[in-house]
Amino acid sequence: MDLSHMNAGVLVASLMVASVPILLAALGELVVEKSGVLNLGVEGMMIVGAVTGFIAAFHSGSAVLGFVGGAAGGAALSMIFALLTQFLMANQVATGLALTLFGQGLASLLGQSYVGQKPPLTGKLPFGPLADLPFVGPVLFGHDWVVYFSVLAVGAISWFLTRSRGGLVLRAVGENHDAAHSLGYKVRLVRVAAIGFGGAMAGLGGAYLSLVRVPQWTEGMTAGAGWIALAIVVFASWRPWRVLMGAWLFGGISVLQLNMQAAGSAIPVQYLSMSPYLITILVLVIMSSGRSRASLGAPASLGQNFHAAR
Amino acid sequence: MFRLEKRPTPSTFWIYATPFLAVALTMVAGGILFAILGKDPVAAIKLIFFDPLFSADYASYARPQLLVKAGPLILIAIGLSLGFRAGIWNIGAEGQYVIGALCGAAAGLAFFPTDSRWVFPLMVAAGALGGFLWAMIPAILRTKFNTNEILVSLLLVYVAKQLIASAALNFLRNPDGAGFPGSRNLAQIPAMANPELIPGTGLHWGGVAAILAVGVAYVMLQRHILGYQIKLAGQAPRAARFAGVNSDRLIVLCMGFSGALAGMAGFFEVSGPAGQITIDFGAGYGFTAIIVAFLGRLNPIGIFFAGLLMALTYIGGELAQLVLGLPAAAIQAFQGMLLFFLLAVDLLANYRIRFILPGAR
Repeated sequence: MDLSHMNAGVLVASLMVASVPILLAALGELVVEKSGVLNLGVEGMMIVGAVTGFIAAFHSGSAVLGFVGGAAGGAALSMIFALLTQFLMANQVATGLALTLFGQGLASLLGQSYVGQKPPLTGKLPFGPLADLPFVGPVLFGHDWVVYFSVLAVGAISWFLTRSRGGLVLRAVGENHDAAHSLGYKVRLVRVAAIGFGGAMAGLGGAYLSLVRVPQWTEGMTAGAGWIALAIVVFASWRPWRVLMGAWLFGGISVLQLNMQAAGSAIPVQYLSMSPYLITILVLVIMSSGRSRASLGAPASLGQNFHAAR
Repeated sequence: MFRLEKRPTPSTFWIYATPFLAVALTMVAGGILFAILGKDPVAAIKLIFFDPLFSADYASYARPQLLVKAGPLILIAIGLSLGFRAGIWNIGAEGQYVIGALCGAAAGLAFFPTDSRWVFPLMVAAGALGGFLWAMIPAILRTKFNTNEILVSLLLVYVAKQLIASAALNFLRNPDGAGFPGSRNLAQIPAMANPELIPGTGLHWGGVAAILAVGVAYVMLQRHILGYQIKLAGQAPRAARFAGVNSDRLIVLCMGFSGALAGMAGFFEVSGPAGQITIDFGAGYGFTAIIVAFLGRLNPIGIFFAGLLMALTYIGGELAQLVLGLPAAAIQAFQGMLLFFLLAVDLLANYRIRFILPGAR
C-alpha cells in the first residue's frame, strides 16, 4: 500500500469537505434536541434535501438555488414531523423512523429521472494567491462557500444558544416544558421552529452531498450519514463546538479509508467501508460510558411530548 | 377551535378502529400520490389491495407470495413489538436479519456436501444465534456502558451489509460459480433448502416459525410474568422499578429475542425465496417490520394480520409496477405514509377532541 502521495494539507482540506454534510445535519439536530425534541428522521430529511436540492439546481442552473431548494425540501418534510409530534401527540421515536422510511421512498420517487445527470458546479471561493500557500492554502483558502458557511454556523449557533434571549427560551423549553409554559413561552411554537430549522439544515447537508461531494443524484446516497449526525450530537454532549470536532473526526476517518481503498490496501474494501460506522459506535460508547443522560448534558425534556392541560 | 383532553384510559373502540382508519386514509393519500404521478388512482389501489387476491389473472401467482412475504415480516415484527412495548428500541432488525442469513448459510455450507437431516435444524439454530449475538452488541453496550441502543443497532445495519457483501465476494463465494460473487444456491441443495411445504400455499418453515412466534408471544404477554413486566416497564417505568423489574435483564431479553427471530427470518429467506447469499442481500424487511409492529398495535394477533396486509402492498406494488408502470419507490413512500397515518390517528385513542366555539371561554 502506498500512502506517500497523501499530502497533509490536501488531507485536512478533504477532511473538512467530507465532514460538511454531517456537520450541517448534526448542528440542526442539536438545536432540535436542545428544544426537547428528538427527531430521528435526519436521514430521511437529508436524502430528501439531496434530491430537492439537486432538482432545484438542475433546473435553475444555479448551485446556490440548489442549496435553497435542499433546505426547503428538508424543512418541508420536517413539518410532517412537527404536525405529528407537536399537535397530534405522536411518539417521537416512531415518528422519526417513519420520517426516514417515507423520506427514502419519496426521494427515490422524486429523483428517478435525474439519475446520471450532472449538477451545476459549486466553485471554490477566489482567494487569489492565498490559495497557493503550502498547507494553509488548501486548508483555509481552498474551499467552496458552504464549507465556510458550516463553520460559521457552528459559531452562530453557539452564540445563539448561550448568549441570545431566543436561545435561552429554546433551552428552557427543552429543559422543562411545563415551567417554560407557566412562564408564558409558547412551547409548541418554539419547538416547531426548531424542528423546521433542523429540517432545513439536514436538507442543506443532503444537498451538499448531491451537489458537491458526489456530485450527482444516486438512490440511498446518504448511506447512514443522518444516523451518524445523530450520534455526533450525543458524542458532542449537545455542544456546538464539539459537534464540529465530531464531524471532523468522522470526516477524517472517511477520507482516510477512501484513500486507503484507492491506494490498494491489503484490507478488503468492505472492511474499510464499515470503519466509519464502527468508530462512531466506539466513540459513542466511550462518551456515554458510566454517565447518566443528565451528566452528559442531554436536555431534560428530550423526547417527551408536551400537552398543556389548559 | 378545538381542544385536546387526555383520556384517563385509552379508548377501547379507537384502539381497534385506528388501524382500519389509517389504512383507509393511506389509500386516499396514496391515490392522490398516484394521481400526481399520472396513474389512475382507483385502478392502482385496486391493483395493490384487491387484484393479488381475487383477480383471475394474477391470483394464482400472487396468493402464495402472500405467505412468502408475510412470514419474515411477522417473525421480525413479533420480536420488535416486545421491545417497543417496554420502551426498548431495536431498530436494527435489518442488520440482525442479514447476519442471521449469513450465519445460517455459513453453518450449512461448512458441511457441504452432505445430506444429513440434522444440517437444516443446525442452520436454523445458527441463524437465530447470529441474529441474537448481533442484537447483543447494542444490548450489552446499553446495559454496561449506557450507550443509546437506537443509534448502535441502526449503525450496525451498515456494518452487517458490508459483512455480507464481503462474504458473497470472499469467504462464502461459490467455488463452482465461475468467479461470480454469491454463495452456493442453498435452495438447490436438498439438505439445506427451505422449500414450500404445502404446494400452492407459499408456506415454508419461515411461515411456520412466524405462526409459532405469534402464539408464543401471545401467551407470554397474557400469562407470563415476563409479559407483565414488559408491559409495566413501557407504561410506567418508575412503577416497574419499584416493583423490582430488572431493566437491564429486560433490555437483554427483548433485544436478544427480537435479534434471534430476525436472524431466523434471515436464514429462512436465504435458504428459500432468495436462495443464496448475494452482495445486496436484504430487502428492507427489517425496516418494514417496524411498520408492521405498529400497524398491529404491538399485539401478536394484530401483527399477524398487519404482516399479511403489508405483504399485500409488496405484491400489489410489484403488480402495479408491471401493469401500470408505477415506480417501485412509490410503494416505499406509500408504506411510509401508512406509518404516519397510524401515528396520527392514535391521537383519537388517547385524547378526546372537544370543539369550543370561538369566544366561549
